Amino acid sequence: MSARRIFARPARFAAIAPYVWMVLLFLVPFAFVLKISLSQTAIAQPPYEPVFDLTAGRASLEAAFAALSIDNFKLLVSDDLYVYAYVRSLTVAVTATALLLLIGYPIAYGMARLPTRWQAVAMVLVIVPFWTSFLIRIYAWINILQHDGLLNRILLALHLVSQPVVWLSTDSAMYIGIVYSYLPFMILPLYATLAKMEPALEEAASDLGAPPRQVFWLVTFPLSLPGVGAGVLLCFIPIVGEFVIPDLLAGSNSLMIGQTLWLEFFTNKDWPVASAAAIVLLVVLLVPLLLYERLQRRQLEQGR
Amino acid sequence: MAEELRKMEAAAGVADVATHPAPDQPLLRIEGVAKTFGTFRAVDGVSLDIRAGEFFALLGPSGCGKTTLLRMLAGFEAPDEGRILLGGKDIAHALPHERPINMMFQSYALFPHLSVRDNIAFGPKRAGMGRADIDTRVAEMMALVKLEGLEKRKPDQLSGGQRQRVALARALARRPQLLLLDEPLAALDKKLRESTQGELMELQRRLGTTFIIVTHDQEEAMTMASRIGVMNAGKLAQVASPRELYEAPRSRWIAEFVGDVNLFDGEFKLRDGHRLVIATRDAGTLVVAEPREPTDGTRLSVAIRPEKVKLSRLGPVSEAGHETAINRLDGMVADICYLGGSTVYKVKLDTGGIVQASVANSARLDADAYSLNQHVVAWFTPDDCVVLPP
Amino acid sequence: MRKRSRLSHFNIASLALGLGFLYLPILILVIYSFNASRLVTVWGGWSLRWYHEFFGDRAMIEAAWMSLKVAASSASIATLLGTLAAVALSRGERFGGRTLFSGMLYAPLVMPEVITGLSLLLLFVALNAERGFWTVTIAHTTLTMCFVAVVVQSRLGSLDRSLEEAAMDLGCDPVRAFVAVTLPLIAPAIIAGWMLAFTLSLDDLVIASFTTGPGSATLPIRIYSEVRLGVKPEINAICTLVIGLIAIVIVIASLASKLSSAQGESAAPL
Repeated sequence: MSARRIFARPARFAAIAPYVWMVLLFLVPFAFVLKISLSQTAIAQPPYEPVFDLTAGRASLEAAFAALSIDNFKLLVSDDLYVYAYVRSLTVAVTATALLLLIGYPIAYGMARLPTRWQAVAMVLVIVPFWTSFLIRIYAWINILQHDGLLNRILLALHLVSQPVVWLSTDSAMYIGIVYSYLPFMILPLYATLAKMEPALEEAASDLGAPPRQVFWLVTFPLSLPGVGAGVLLCFIPIVGEFVIPDLLAGSNSLMIGQTLWLEFFTNKDWPVASAAAIVLLVVLLVPLLLYERLQRRQLEQGR
Repeated sequence: MAEELRKMEAAAGVADVATHPAPDQPLLRIEGVAKTFGTFRAVDGVSLDIRAGEFFALLGPSGCGKTTLLRMLAGFEAPDEGRILLGGKDIAHALPHERPINMMFQSYALFPHLSVRDNIAFGPKRAGMGRADIDTRVAEMMALVKLEGLEKRKPDQLSGGQRQRVALARALARRPQLLLLDEPLAALDKKLRESTQGELMELQRRLGTTFIIVTHDQEEAMTMASRIGVMNAGKLAQVASPRELYEAPRSRWIAEFVGDVNLFDGEFKLRDGHRLVIATRDAGTLVVAEPREPTDGTRLSVAIRPEKVKLSRLGPVSEAGHETAINRLDGMVADICYLGGSTVYKVKLDTGGIVQASVANSARLDADAYSLNQHVVAWFTPDDCVVLPP
Repeated sequence: MRKRSRLSHFNIASLALGLGFLYLPILILVIYSFNASRLVTVWGGWSLRWYHEFFGDRAMIEAAWMSLKVAASSASIATLLGTLAAVALSRGERFGGRTLFSGMLYAPLVMPEVITGLSLLLLFVALNAERGFWTVTIAHTTLTMCFVAVVVQSRLGSLDRSLEEAAMDLGCDPVRAFVAVTLPLIAPAIIAGWMLAFTLSLDDLVIASFTTGPGSATLPIRIYSEVRLGVKPEINAICTLVIGLIAIVIVIASLASKLSSAQGESAAPL
């Protein structure tokens, strides 16, 4: 028996506690979301009709199944408000992810080309803002973007505009906020692949006659695609369900799905519809989530 | 200058016959090239001529500057001083993609996302060759390195030996005037390395392309190269044929770096015709063949290769009238190291020193083999000795 | 060996602009927290006025205290569970339900927080649990243990396995080999994981909003409701204090990791 297999047995015991925890607190709750998304709204505390009562035996279970309804899902599909929210969420996520890639790639590329000593410093510099509160970072932008905020003052002082521009409650503000908050998530996986790339590959390309631009597009970029994939998924998935940034920075006339869900839940107290919205969101994100999961597993387990 | 380079590049990449400079002019001339990293002088004033069609080896221990010199030829480093002339034109500051020089990387640096075919076609494509020409060129290269049928494979589906061949084919596909090989065989195991050495030499003879190989393996350099430049601490210590390098090293350092050697420090005593008599510190008085008289002082070293030291129980019979013709040293066998093809004896001399003798095992059953602590005579002729500065 | 300078002007410009973009807003926020003027945009001279205001605001202080308690306890539980999970994944070879296990651990990293928050709330309601400190702590533990697991797992993955084998060869059983050799080597990653969990918890608004109960608002919930009403200089002061606290945590942790490991493991791989 190999040493690794001797090690594996006690290591597996370590899985028990986190496994049980995650099943109970991550997996099981989805069953509740699904169940409540299929129940009727009620003005009560909690605000839904309980559908299962496992203590009442099989008859009530059957009755409960009969009482399940897909009305909430019908509502989501028929009401333009929800359909629009899903479409908007996806549009915003795609646009913001593209912006992030466009802005993050040159930064990651610059980092990977720094002398090794400075790479570590640059990495810490990119990580540190991520450690400062997310809400604080959005708030910092409200400071800058408000009517008499710093940005407008600079623009006015430079005579680029004659009147203060309305930034807050616009899509521009929201995109600035999203790009700002998610930038480290885009940069770090990109940097990781670019830094791992063997410098001899780029040298070989230029040795074989490729000018710098071709070296980038023929060798560097294709080889960085795993990093691009990781960065894109790492940003795209949470942005689709984003709540705080659009809520604080974008206008209130068009909502993202995270906002509608929040609104249904906290303002309208319509838990079943909120649950149904969550289920739909989860289904929309299932493919990217599975892709991400595979990528993450491959990345963390390649050393084995 | 860029225009001329483009022409040169086109000629090297597309034309079937590479342009060679006039026969009296070296293909490559390195003039006083130096490169400093921070305070470390990696290459320190190297000058070297390389003729078209040569197979040249840069040999040296790691950190001696040989790879830096090679990278300056490829264009990955720019020299701080000096010129690099290729066919008479200074290319020292041309970018890598502007040079008609290709390199085979130590790690091979095969593009992992491209097939074998696309790896080989990468250079010709950049040179603007047509599709049909590229296909012909790739087929030709695949045949050259005997890899037909593997065109569609990705690099990670190849064995180490196959990868090495793809790297070679890729570097040759543009028909470079000069091919640089950075430790090309370091990643192969011993058997494969030996057969590949032969193939590389054969290939070089057939193509007539000038090869410069960087290696730390002296056997590899001696096997393949027609000339060897030994580098030490950023300087070229000696440029010579393999035989000259081994039999007539210019310094103690080279004598010790290339092969094994016995070295005895001593003082010049007197001249006797073409021979010098040298009083050594721990091997008595030695007579060596050396036409020149030492110029700087009287201190010097005598070098003798172990295989040129003979052993016998009684010593050679002195030639009449030539008492000093043969150096004989008495001693005792202190250590025996059996290597298969030969046996190395360490003999502790009565005069205090130790001399190594390498004796060919020419018979399977050797009843005459010496044993430990046996008294022996180690002897060698004055012609087998080399006098070196201390 | 150093290469021909690979850094182009474009590289330097994008680095400078990128880092400027990341730091400028935070810098402005910190500076304005010392502004004497009530108008956030008018500079009225240096002052600690808003810090006094914050320390006089009982509700804010209580929320901050609540957040710190939640962050410290959830980070500690998450570090324990996350490390166990990482050990199981990187040393357990194959075991039943392994794919499900890793899936459950990696999904929350990107899962929109509204989904996680809502599902946990529905669970707590179904269990009839009283919502407050413990529900938020449990919810945060669930999220942050995944981050800890990833940080520790990537350290374990890069560790030389022959070190453990050498320990066993020298007479340790697997558990003792782990405690004597592996654990000290992954300690920096465990510390980094705890810090990450702590700051994530301190930072979280969405999940806390779902899972907390009346009377136990966390700091982000308070800040959020204030920010919705408009910019208030007091918030700048609170934010600066939070940034300061996090900076201290980072400095301590990086010193600790420097001391405990000469390999220079950077503060956090995430």
